Amino acid sequence: MAGAGATPRDSAAPWSEALLAAALYAVDPAGLGGIALKAHAGPVRDTWMSLLQGLLPPDAPFRKIPVQISDGRLLGGLDLAATLQAGRPIAERGVLAACDGGTVILPSAERRDGLVIARIAAAMDRGLVAVERDGFTSVSPARFGVIALDESVDDDERPSAALLDRLAFHIGLADIAVGGALDVPELAASVASARTAYRCVRIADASIEALCAATLVLGISSLRAPVLAVKVAQAHAALMGRSSADDDDINAAARLVLGPRATMLPAAEPDADDQSREPEQGEDAPPDQPPEQTEEGQEPLEATEPTVQELQDLVLAAAIAAIPPGLLAQLKAAQMARSHKSASGRSGALQKSQRRGRPAGAMRGELRDGARLNVIETLRAAAPWQALRRRDASHRAASANRVEVRREDFRIMRFKNRSETATVFVVDASGSSALNRLAEAKGAVELLLADCYVRRDSVALIAFRSKTAEVLLPPTRSLVRAKRSLAGLPGGGGTPLAAAIDQTIALASLVRRGGQTVSVVFLTDGRANVARDGAGGRARAEEDALASAAGLRALGLKALLIDTSPQPGPQAEKIARAMGALYLALPRADAHALSKTVRAATSPGARDA
Amino acid sequence: MAALFPFSAIVAQDEMRLALLIAAVDQSVGGVLVFGDRGTGKSTAVRGLAALLPPMRSIKGCRYNCDPAKGCAVKDGCAVAGTTAEATWVPVPVVDLPLGATEDRVVGALDLERALTRGEKAFEPGLLARAHRGFLYIDEVNLLDDHLVDVLLDVAASGENVVEREGLSIRHPAKFVLVGSGNPEEGELRPQLLDRFGLSVEVKTPGDLETRVEVVKRRDAFERDPEGFMAGWQSHDDAVREEITAGRNVLASVTTPPEMLEKAAKLCMALGTDGLRGELTLIRAGRALAALEGAPALAETHLKRVAPLALRHRLRRNPLDEAGSTVRVERALQELFGGAAPGPVLVAGVAERRAV
Repeated sequence: MAGAGATPRDSAAPWSEALLAAALYAVDPAGLGGIALKAHAGPVRDTWMSLLQGLLPPDAPFRKIPVQISDGRLLGGLDLAATLQAGRPIAERGVLAACDGGTVILPSAERRDGLVIARIAAAMDRGLVAVERDGFTSVSPARFGVIALDESVDDDERPSAALLDRLAFHIGLADIAVGGALDVPELAASVASARTAYRCVRIADASIEALCAATLVLGISSLRAPVLAVKVAQAHAALMGRSSADDDDINAAARLVLGPRATMLPAAEPDADDQSREPEQGEDAPPDQPPEQTEEGQEPLEATEPTVQELQDLVLAAAIAAIPPGLLAQLKAAQMARSHKSASGRSGALQKSQRRGRPAGAMRGELRDGARLNVIETLRAAAPWQALRRRDASHRAASANRVEVRREDFRIMRFKNRSETATVFVVDASGSSALNRLAEAKGAVELLLADCYVRRDSVALIAFRSKTAEVLLPPTRSLVRAKRSLAGLPGGGGTPLAAAIDQTIALASLVRRGGQTVSVVFLTDGRANVARDGAGGRARAEEDALASAAGLRALGLKALLIDTSPQPGPQAEKIARAMGALYLALPRADAHALSKTVRAATSPGARDA
Repeated sequence: MAALFPFSAIVAQDEMRLALLIAAVDQSVGGVLVFGDRGTGKSTAVRGLAALLPPMRSIKGCRYNCDPAKGCAVKDGCAVAGTTAEATWVPVPVVDLPLGATEDRVVGALDLERALTRGEKAFEPGLLARAHRGFLYIDEVNLLDDHLVDVLLDVAASGENVVEREGLSIRHPAKFVLVGSGNPEEGELRPQLLDRFGLSVEVKTPGDLETRVEVVKRRDAFERDPEGFMAGWQSHDDAVREEITAGRNVLASVTTPPEMLEKAAKLCMALGTDGLRGELTLIRAGRALAALEGAPALAETHLKRVAPLALRHRLRRNPLDEAGSTVRVERALQELFGGAAPGPVLVAGVAERRAV
């Protein structure tokens, strides 16, 4: 029974698990989607990558997608140089189509633009790239696997959920050493033979059921997870030279595919819980088995089948053993990542304006990175010169009906890009504020949320009370989520203003890196009484708050501080001045008045649509 | 090229399949929006539908799929002039608008090849022309460039694509069923676009073990042997195609009792939907459902079953109301019609076949 990697959590395991994932991936790169590899650039990752490449067929494409890739390079389009040379349109093959049958490597996967990910995901789903660009229509096969290199430092950034969902393996190489020597040619040989055998590996219905049941218990919603797990079990069996998947293979699939995706642990201690939970599922499953088997003709597998119950326990135990420590922290990161769509990708509003948005005519320009050629305008610019140029070029072998286009004819597209705006609300939920003003503040934020929805702005929410400030809601456009987290906001405790400002600085910088314009709205009475380190004491708390406020000012954001205390005092005004914020005392304002004020103060410039 | 997962082999997601079938029976319901969780077979269903649509008559060689009964609608630009043209059977176009498509390919533009090699000014029709009388499918519709969304809205509303640029002046019919899918977590859809879809479906990942197991098994079977799997479901797909054809044939004869019109109006009033579009779609979708099931007249059960599809995305957005729009529609249905909440929305015939 004890096959390779049957002891998942011993000290040498991470490296061998990473190798196992590489070998399984190499069996069917496109079918298994790929590997999300969390690791910093360094010798461990390099070693792993070269091992992986050694396991793949020598002629298979293995290409990096640079961070700054244009749609033209990614998907394909007009090959300008070739077109000009040939005098007729010549298509350029995009990177995705060029990687057909191979592997796409995605460095800095955690910072990729959601739009790039969506294009890659669409190609993965269909196994082809459809191009409708620059006057071309083409469909090219593009069956590839993806190695997403996740180089994030902390949990703030993760590769997009849309991508992770499609990759069978999520592995980490942080803090592990390269394990013992490996006979790569031998492993490569078994991978190669597994590649042909893999599709014929049989898998028992009970095993499929056990994997599906495990996804439910572990809170894995996506159906791609069990589909990938089944394939991984088959690949594992093929790698081990088996013609049908046994417990060991199912175990590996659970460990590698399901473990890292778990979003919850079974309610109680797993073993005790299984006894109470599994029987009902075990009873549910068998009735629909017979009709299926007649369809698929899988009867011969009955012999290897342990009881459904046993199998499910086994799968669950394997998956749970592989759940990384600190699951909760990871989940939080996942939630962040989910709403990161607009915050991911590199910053640079300037570049963006040449690449998307509403077309605003064309201009003369160089075909530098990211610029899109406006072919029609370019041709038009070239047209009047044709006769002259032909005469000049007549000594060369220019054909009579070739259009001569020169560099000075190039016209690039210009786009008007309405910059996206994110508003960060920092709500004081401390005892002093909470009693009288929290309800109004909540009401105002809700109204502003509705407004932001209409404008397609995103909203983030930070609340502070007691000793800490917490990001209740990372930037999102989802009204429902925003409302939910707001409704659940409790009040009471001290006023850790310094911590709140620090948190705001961190969040605002992150959002700004994603290219959004950030404005910050504080709703507080400014009466700091908890210092940065969590200690009480008004004097130190205020000192810390002022220091933090200066840090916020340095960011140069549009900021607004609304003094919500019944008797507006000098403290809040002082803080506002320190952070370079507009100060507004609104002692009696209700939710509607508040929201109106904030709208007036933060929106000009963001409302040209 | 790539093998297509058969429409009839899709497990569960009854509402999504019903909406697509309704749109196939009556293209005038005005498009389908499928919004929901990742990996629920949204695009699989749409692409599967393409395979089982009954073919249509078209003018041979017409680049705009013009209907021979009406003659070619395009004055200059269609390769075929006049109405004497030969008619032919063509598959109903289901055109994919891929992410990253440029505007020139969507609306049509100067024919590059001819412009470059011969210096001719000729119009090359775009995706909108190709989708005429068929379906235009946009996966990840919420990620579409805003300026393309504007173009689509305009054309979907007028049924005509007007190109006035680069010295070209072309006007051609572009009536298509807009089908969009997406995941709300990646970004919400612009409210204006939302309203343009006749029907809207919310898809969720099935949470019961039995369904999930079935999905995984069928996926596994399909990937092992796509051709065999497709062959195995061929007869089921054929049956759905016949159902669509039969539905189309009887659609015109389905009667609409006045009390049903009244009920539809009452329902829309109770829900406060904006404009008449909701009411119209509700009636049309109800009639299409009646036709699909071979019922002679629109009945309350049809209205009840299509009401969430036709109305949930038209409710005035109330950000402070906790209840989802589906719940609100169901609540209104209960108040107006009484009785139990609408049952499973699946077309009867399809349900039977699934049990096989």
